[in-house]
Amino acid sequence: MTVVAPRAMDPTLDEVSIELTPVHTPADRRFFGLLACSAAIMFMLLVSIMVFLAYHGWWALSHFKLKFFLGTTWSAPAHPGVLALIGGSVAIALVALVFALPISIATALMINEFAPARLRKWLTTLIDLLATVPSIVYGFWGLEALSPWLNGTSEWIVKHLGFIPIFRTNYAGSYEHSIFICGIVVSIMITPVITSITREVMAQAPREACEAALALGGTRWGMITDVVLPFSRSGMVGATLLGLSRAMGETIAILLILSSNSTALTGHIMGPEGSTVAKQIGSDFTISSTQGQSELVLAGLTLFATTLIFSLGGRIIVQRGTGPRR
Amino acid sequence: MNSTISVSPPSPVSAMTATGLDVAVRIPPPPPPSGLPPPGGKPSSSGPRRSRGPVVELVGSALAAGASVWLVFTIAGLSAPFGLFVSSFLLFLVIYGVVCHSLHGTLVMKDRLATVAVWGGSLTALLALVAVIGFVVFKGAPVVFARFPHFLLADMSNFGGSSPVTNAGVGAAIVGSLEQVGLATLISVPLAVLTATYLVNSNSTLSRVVRNVVDAMTGTPSIIAGIFIYIILVKPRGTNGLDGLAAGLALSVLMLPLVTRAAVEVIIIVPEALREAALALGAPQWRVILQIVLPTARAGLITAAILGVARTAGETAEVLFTAGGNVHYNFSPLAPYQSDLPLQIYSLINQPSVNAIRVAWGVAFVLVALVLALFVAARAAGAAGTGRVSRQLRQRKARKRSMTMTKEPSP
Repeated sequence: MTVVAPRAMDPTLDEVSIELTPVHTPADRRFFGLLACSAAIMFMLLVSIMVFLAYHGWWALSHFKLKFFLGTTWSAPAHPGVLALIGGSVAIALVALVFALPISIATALMINEFAPARLRKWLTTLIDLLATVPSIVYGFWGLEALSPWLNGTSEWIVKHLGFIPIFRTNYAGSYEHSIFICGIVVSIMITPVITSITREVMAQAPREACEAALALGGTRWGMITDVVLPFSRSGMVGATLLGLSRAMGETIAILLILSSNSTALTGHIMGPEGSTVAKQIGSDFTISSTQGQSELVLAGLTLFATTLIFSLGGRIIVQRGTGPRR
Repeated sequence: MNSTISVSPPSPVSAMTATGLDVAVRIPPPPPPSGLPPPGGKPSSSGPRRSRGPVVELVGSALAAGASVWLVFTIAGLSAPFGLFVSSFLLFLVIYGVVCHSLHGTLVMKDRLATVAVWGGSLTALLALVAVIGFVVFKGAPVVFARFPHFLLADMSNFGGSSPVTNAGVGAAIVGSLEQVGLATLISVPLAVLTATYLVNSNSTLSRVVRNVVDAMTGTPSIIAGIFIYIILVKPRGTNGLDGLAAGLALSVLMLPLVTRAAVEVIIIVPEALREAALALGAPQWRVILQIVLPTARAGLITAAILGVARTAGETAEVLFTAGGNVHYNFSPLAPYQSDLPLQIYSLINQPSVNAIRVAWGVAFVLVALVLALFVAARAAGAAGTGRVSRQLRQRKARKRSMTMTKEPSP
């Protein structure tokens, strides 16, 4: 029997297979059968989610066909255009990334390279804590605290940077329920995700190369730019994708903050416009007709597929990227 | 700040070594360069003692930037605390960069600026955490303690529209949350541990596929789990479909991949030598796993489970379509309409009344307190240490060893 050691999950190592004398007791086989069953349940869960969503979204798909995916305004049940909602999700995710990415990389560097040993542990714990605070609390905080605080800032941005198309708005004076605010709130939620993955990837940078850089008289920053960052670049790309998928799936915070003024595809992030897939499902699903529900389910399936691709791609890139180089 | 920042000791790094053990590699710091001038810097006049220079440069630049921006803002009559902060920070970076450049050269300037940026970035993340939790405590604590045990024990049936905050109670929501999350835990944790064991110990096609499935599903949008359960469990049962059972199942869809991933990471670091020793002694695989691997990983598994519970306890989107909500106590997860903490917050926010918002903060306070308590418990459980054998197990083993030694005749 070839026992593949637990290393199998560790991408940094080649598969270490150890030949052991076969210990094929019938009990063993039954036990592994049980384990395989539980793993199969996991697989079946994903498949059945897909199948049930597809089954319930079938009406919308067969009725609207390609129009469903290309329409830029979501006005269910007559004219559902999922592009508007996906566009909103992407816009919020991108705003979130603009804030979360630099902060996450800084935090990861802080924990790995800058902070003294005792502080490091605390920082890691606090960042994990950031991931544990419920999203409804973030949403509520964003609604009640952050958006009034940032009202002046939003106004300033619209007034002085309004020549850039994305900062333009058709709703002057109303900045509290914008994609911008949602993006900032979501950025707080995805920061721990990106930070922890980036940190793990950076920790695997070859220590000898780091020490060599320092021994040659390089500064700490020189070491980071020449060794740590090049080594972990693909890992950071993967972490970004994972953060993006998390941000696109965020529901309740956006449901609380984003206004429901217009559900057309919009590039204006400062005004109360736009909608996301998750928000639209959350606000309309229970009050919709069967047809409306079918449309929302299909939109949800589109979102699910998108986030699956992003998070799977992110994981694969992270795992590839952390292998030993050269 | 290190005065000879150009050559600084690398920090200890926890790296996954070839054995898979989490080993902290500690590199002793080099001796302070006593007489030598640091490369690229000015010769230090005070010998091995740290010079005050860097601190003075840092604080001086910060003060200069803050003061000048404040002056400009005051003269211009602007009152924008956020803008004041951002522009002071930017100006500080410029001044500090110029100061460092003129005193120490480009290399040191880059290093110092990067250090400041990294500190700034991580402090921003912590600031967000403090701001959120602080705000919840600030808003929620007065409501919770306005009428203390009553708020935790009563239900919401006496609170409506314009009634005073002291009428509200979160007891029904707490019961609902406990039952729904408990149900999710009962379903997810055993399944997750079994799946994780399989993923670590097998390299079959199924295992490889499920690894990717778990990875992909950790990012499942929570609303998807909500509509999935709604479609298969709530809608077919009509108006009585909304209950704690459906909510618990929806939560378990989210919890399963979370706990599985965490459990895999814990099981994988069980020292290979332990398994091999057991296998070499002729133990069958199932005994190795059940009696060596899982007990060794016990602390980590408990941490994984508690963190999973903490993460799911606050999920709202799943329970939005599944629990139904209730202002009265409903102790049975099988009886229709049950409330829970996140759902209670959501429905209060949607009520057009100032008092409802205040009560919502109180409920948020309870939820955050619960989640924080779980988080601390998980840390405490994890501090027992993965890979360390518990005292109980060690005693049992010692007892067994002494028994076998007395029983078995030596060959």
